Amino acid sequence: MISLMINGKKQDIDVDPDTPLLWVLRDTLGLTGTKYGCGIAACGACTVHVNGQPIRSCVTPVSSIAGKRLTTIEGLSEDNSHPVQRAWIAEEVPQCGFCQSGQIMAAAALLAAKTTPSDTDIDSAMSGIICRCGTYQRIRRAIKRAAELMAREA
Amino acid sequence: MTAIMNPGRRAFLKATVAAGGGLLVAFYLPGCERREASTASSDVVFEANAWLRIAADDSVTIRVASSEMGQGVMTAIPMLIAEELDADWSKIQAEMAPAAQAYFNPLMGRQHTGGSTAVRGFWTPVRQAGAAAREMLRLAAAQTWGVPEEGCRTEAGAVLHPASGRRLSYGALADKAAGLPVPEAVFLKEPDEFRLVGKALPRVDTPSKVNGSAAFGQDANVPGMLVATVLRCPVFGGKVKQFNAAKAKAVAGVRRVLQIESGVAVVADNFWSAKRGRDALEVQWDEGPAAGLSSAVIRRQMQEAASRPGEVARQQGDMDEALTVAAKRLDAVYEVPYLAHACMEPMNCTAHVRAQGCDVWVGTQGQTLTQQTAMRLTGLPAEKVNVHTLFLGGGFGRRSEQDFVADALELSKAVGAPVKVMWTREDDIRHDYYRPATYNVLSAGMDERGSPTAWSHRIVGPSIFARFPARAGAAIDRTSVEGAANIPYAIPNLSVTYTKVDPGIPVGFWRSVGSSQNAFVTECFLDELAALAGKDPYELRGELLAGEPRHKGVLELAARKAGWSKALPEGRHRGIAVAAAFGSVVAQVAEISITDRRQVRVHRVVCAIDCGMIVNPDTIEAQMQSGIVYGLTAALKGQITIKDGRVEQGNFNDYPLLRMDEMPEIEVHIMPSTEPPGGVGEPGTPPIAPAVANAVFAATGKPVRRLPIRL
Ligand code: FES
Ligand code: FES
Repeated sequence: MISLMINGKKQDIDVDPDTPLLWVLRDTLGLTGTKYGCGIAACGACTVHVNGQPIRSCVTPVSSIAGKRLTTIEGLSEDNSHPVQRAWIAEEVPQCGFCQSGQIMAAAALLAAKTTPSDTDIDSAMSGIICRCGTYQRIRRAIKRAAELMAREA
Repeated sequence: MTAIMNPGRRAFLKATVAAGGGLLVAFYLPGCERREASTASSDVVFEANAWLRIAADDSVTIRVASSEMGQGVMTAIPMLIAEELDADWSKIQAEMAPAAQAYFNPLMGRQHTGGSTAVRGFWTPVRQAGAAAREMLRLAAAQTWGVPEEGCRTEAGAVLHPASGRRLSYGALADKAAGLPVPEAVFLKEPDEFRLVGKALPRVDTPSKVNGSAAFGQDANVPGMLVATVLRCPVFGGKVKQFNAAKAKAVAGVRRVLQIESGVAVVADNFWSAKRGRDALEVQWDEGPAAGLSSAVIRRQMQEAASRPGEVARQQGDMDEALTVAAKRLDAVYEVPYLAHACMEPMNCTAHVRAQGCDVWVGTQGQTLTQQTAMRLTGLPAEKVNVHTLFLGGGFGRRSEQDFVADALELSKAVGAPVKVMWTREDDIRHDYYRPATYNVLSAGMDERGSPTAWSHRIVGPSIFARFPARAGAAIDRTSVEGAANIPYAIPNLSVTYTKVDPGIPVGFWRSVGSSQNAFVTECFLDELAALAGKDPYELRGELLAGEPRHKGVLELAARKAGWSKALPEGRHRGIAVAAAFGSVVAQVAEISITDRRQVRVHRVVCAIDCGMIVNPDTIEAQMQSGIVYGLTAALKGQITIKDGRVEQGNFNDYPLLRMDEMPEIEVHIMPSTEPPGGVGEPGTPPIAPAVANAVFAATGKPVRRLPIRL
């Protein structure tokens, strides 16, 4: 039995400890907002926060996060009110939307660490998350908008 | 206003009282029979054919027949209906339609999303449906008030009677309107009357795509569902000789190991068990004749085929004579590789086959094809096959195919439970229907003034249509020559031929199809001609496009916005290209530099599009950005190579895609137009590879004749 703290809720899970966190989230817990895109930490679609840090859940054994604080896209806000979500809506970022959970989680982690990220900061935080639909330009704008929202509301 | 007659009156538009009250408007293509609801569980009859439903609470639910794969169709189609309905946009809800003949795209002849046809195909019929509903609501209000209909008008979800100041919302009128006759003819608005069409309205799917709630095919979850992965022969066309399931079955959670058409499947309680079971599986393959295939062998096949005369796709003037008398002559060979689609969401499908019916949950571009696949594999009639379209994590043509659908249906039928088949990324890259590789032999001649007088383009490549019986017979696969046979330049002697080869690699429709490679070949060769003539590539295009105002228009716009005539800073270079595809014309100017490590860096792309009337400018901008990134990825990185009959690439480590730090600044300019709308999902892709390659040519003086670009 592995005890996890997911989106503020304690969950006891009975799975092989080597199972990647991604599949525990998706298949065991039904948290399907986190996506499978590559399985080898090369696309970022599966990005979630562990103790506030962005990680690739597809290559993270579930046992390694026991006792740590885990946040998925479902736990970012109740009502799309996180500044990153609001900025994403305002800039109309998503196209197919499949990569966007990972993009948003990566952006939220970046902004938690850096209140006014430079373009270089954005490049280095976001280049691990592929968007096949090519929404990068809007992602960059949305991150800057989210930073402004956060500064204004701080 | 334009009066649109409804042929066959009631046969065309039908209004019904929806179960639970409200107005339901269905539109029928002439000759299509009404069909009852196809949702097995539903007690709400007639919904299957409805485009819009108005409920007592004023909500308007619009069913969208095309699949949402990022292109914004789930917003665009409701905008068209809401426009004619005079609806309150904030009350609009959109849902994906089930598979039914009523939802066939008139341009496709089936329910299918492809060829950038959604808005083009549904432009008139869905507006008619909205207009008919509006007229019935207006009449319902007039009757309620006992006033002449002419004195009533509609606005933002309500009927108003200005003379008396009365107002009734659509929700309040829906029941009464449903009992009224459908108008024989409806008036459609003129463009200057549009209040929604042409505006950057927010996408209806955005809120669900920022919180993880949007349901993609991958997210399907049905009670009792099992999850499967399939091990396919790594060599194209190979078959299972024998397999040993013992080790796979020993993996916890694995339920069944069985052979299906596409390979050996491991069915388990969840994906991870299925994947580990598959890793443990031992299969011996009969690799078949393709085992010796390699990229070099394929290239030789194409070179040999190029020496044979091809089928004529376009012919004017006397090529031999023109090339002989030309003051200058240029010959070149252009090549493009196979490409994978690499949708962000790997292929998947969930099916539940029962004796009396079957359900399929899938992100598909082809509802009709999905239904046909199910009919073939289950023997069930169309009305017993329910297709539930989920969001598509990218389509790009890949999700027109039926291979992943067949996997799920076969497996569900065999195990007697709902099965979700999940392709891994490696499956997705190694078992695609690839963008065809082609080999192009070009010759051109020009006169003393540097005007091109002869243009010969011989295309050699595999045919996409060869595997579709209805089209396989044609000597020329039109997808192979599109963007080449229709080049817009006024050159008196012109010849374009096509020679079919079949190396045995599956090929398919890849965003913008033939234009994706032919625009590169033709637009780069034209720049070579400009260089030979000592002319500016933009000026030369202008000279040759006198009779093509749309091409000229976007070229001028892109060149002006990019500052074509202005000098660039040291180290920067520009290239320009134009291409018409899917009813739209797009020009792009790319600005590049070459890094110290001999890499091409694209800094800026200025894009001008003429797509006729604008439905949603924000969507058009997004689709241009998207098409450019898709084409740029191919130009700079994309290639599928073959060795021992196998695809050498498998994941994003060896099939890399463009990332944030490589993204150029893209600027999109839209030509104002009152022409009917053109496509926008694909036309942004063709010009980017030649625009970038032409910039590289400008930088290095060496033409780029092969993709991906390598310095
Ligand atoms: S699925 Fe984890 S990085 Fe791609
Ligand atoms: S929005 Fe489609 S992959 Fe990013």
